[in-house]
Amino acid sequence: MARSVTTQRKILNTAAAWAIGLLIFFPILWTILTSFKTEAEAIASPPIFLNFDWTLENYAIVQERSNYMRFLWNSVIIAGGSTVLGIIIAVPAAWSMAFVPSKRTKDILMWMLSTKMLPAVGVLYPIYLLCIQLGVLDNRLAMVVILMLINLPIIVWMLYTYFREIPGEILEAARMDGATLKEELLYILTPMAVPGIASTLLLNFILAWNEAFWTLNLTSVDAAPLTAFIASYSSPEGLFFAKLSAASTMAIAPILILGWFSQKQLVRGLTFGAVK
Amino acid sequence: MGRIQLKQVTKKFGDVEVIPPLDLTIEDGEFAVFVGPSGCGKSTLLRLIAGLEDITTGQIEIDGTDATNVPPAKRGLAMVFQSYALYPHMSVRKNIAFPLRMAKMEQAEIDKRVEAAASVLNLTDYLDRRPGQLSGGQRQRVAIGRAIVREPAAFLFDEPLSNLDAALRVGMRMEISELHEKLATTMIYVTHDQVEAMTMADKIVVLQAGVIEQVGSPLELYRAPRNLFVAGFIGSPKMNFIEGPEAAKHDAHTIGVRPEHIAVSDSEGLWSGVVGVSEHLGSDTFFHVHDTGLAETITVRADGEVGFRHGDRIHLTPRADVIHRFDAQGLRIA
Repeated sequence: MARSVTTQRKILNTAAAWAIGLLIFFPILWTILTSFKTEAEAIASPPIFLNFDWTLENYAIVQERSNYMRFLWNSVIIAGGSTVLGIIIAVPAAWSMAFVPSKRTKDILMWMLSTKMLPAVGVLYPIYLLCIQLGVLDNRLAMVVILMLINLPIIVWMLYTYFREIPGEILEAARMDGATLKEELLYILTPMAVPGIASTLLLNFILAWNEAFWTLNLTSVDAAPLTAFIASYSSPEGLFFAKLSAASTMAIAPILILGWFSQKQLVRGLTFGAVK
Repeated sequence: MGRIQLKQVTKKFGDVEVIPPLDLTIEDGEFAVFVGPSGCGKSTLLRLIAGLEDITTGQIEIDGTDATNVPPAKRGLAMVFQSYALYPHMSVRKNIAFPLRMAKMEQAEIDKRVEAAASVLNLTDYLDRRPGQLSGGQRQRVAIGRAIVREPAAFLFDEPLSNLDAALRVGMRMEISELHEKLATTMIYVTHDQVEAMTMADKIVVLQAGVIEQVGSPLELYRAPRNLFVAGFIGSPKMNFIEGPEAAKHDAHTIGVRPEHIAVSDSEGLWSGVVGVSEHLGSDTFFHVHDTGLAETITVRADGEVGFRHGDRIHLTPRADVIHRFDAQGLRIA
């Protein structure tokens, strides 16, 4: 039986949902608003909400002072590259764990996840040293590999959950029909898992895009993505809130737009397997 | 060609032996049915033949060559699954063509064969639909189409009709039998439904706990079940088993009498009892008779016109020439 919900209750729930949504969105909204203020207005007390002189000055200065496009390009390469590389490695891994599990499969999955529980700073030193030794500090390819490794457990977990939903008999049918392992992955499993793979791609692209710890520590000029671009506006001479906000807005805009257009996929990806 | 031979085949899942050493030969062109209750190992046996599970010890030969370590794709067998296992992202045409595509066949030949299979199975109008847009019976036909296009050495069916409704099941049963007549290819069919086994098989293999209880034609199994398990499993309604003094009269530990081999009368008979539940099928009526002093209940199959009611006292007489005798170990006494 469906649970009956009174109109009053519905209004209350809707109001609460909007309130929480706005609360979460507020910092982003404030950043965007601040980016259109002058530096003086940005730090005014009490803060000014809307009635200030809207200006694009900050954006002009930010663009003049640093090359936004270069950072953007690095972000695209690092986030995109690490995600694609991760998927290529994770599809076979998740396939084997979902369809030919061994006694230790659950342990391996937990172990992979446990690496995400380790504070990143705990391994900064060894990884930093490794990068120096290998001569790949501030190197885009190195960042692609490192971020891929950082996010690989999540990619494998997500794909594993998707693959588990695909009936094993279909893959067995493909085997009976003469498909080799490669053909089975290519013609049957991957096309059937396209929605799952798409949301995994998307989520990991976002995670890699927003990743700041490793990008800030291991890049400076050549491989610096947008996170470094934002960070470069918090200088020791004092904070320039309006410019920092303009930089932040420029940095988050691409991912915000991407997320907006793919929110259906994203929600599906995050809740997949939760209910069946 | 499709002669399949299992030699001392065993299967263990971890420490659990689901198939103890087993020998079985299925001749070329034969329709063999593996039948048994849930968990008897019949599907496992089929999957071992398919190569979807590895055997633990023993040998599987297909047409005289050792196929034990041959992967499923190379065994030349086609399988129809219980869930149909169609590729949901492909059209019916692509589903049926898939095994041919995997065999790297030329497109013109693929098209020809797909069209031919579709016309045999009445699927021509549905070739461009996706499996999701088809009914259960149509999906089953697509699964069969996918199996027949590649002209395999043998077909393996894993409970293919259990997801269909009763009326459709009877229809598909006939279609599969006709297909067997037409193709004359070896078929191995797994089911828990003894009616399917009786109506379709050339050879029935009755399994229990991974052990073959009996192999034979449907009528052999019906007429001369080797033990109590087969006697109880083959035939519907189930055979009546009677122990004690009545069995001793026949020099047996247990005697078995089929419900259709008992004559009913309101006046005289060898045994007497009280009618409990009656099941009216129209053509037949099944009476469950209590208080006979022989067993809990005796089931009797009578003509549909026989009109006894609940609580009536009736008399039963078994046909003497078809009483099955079993010893204390449950084995048939010849």
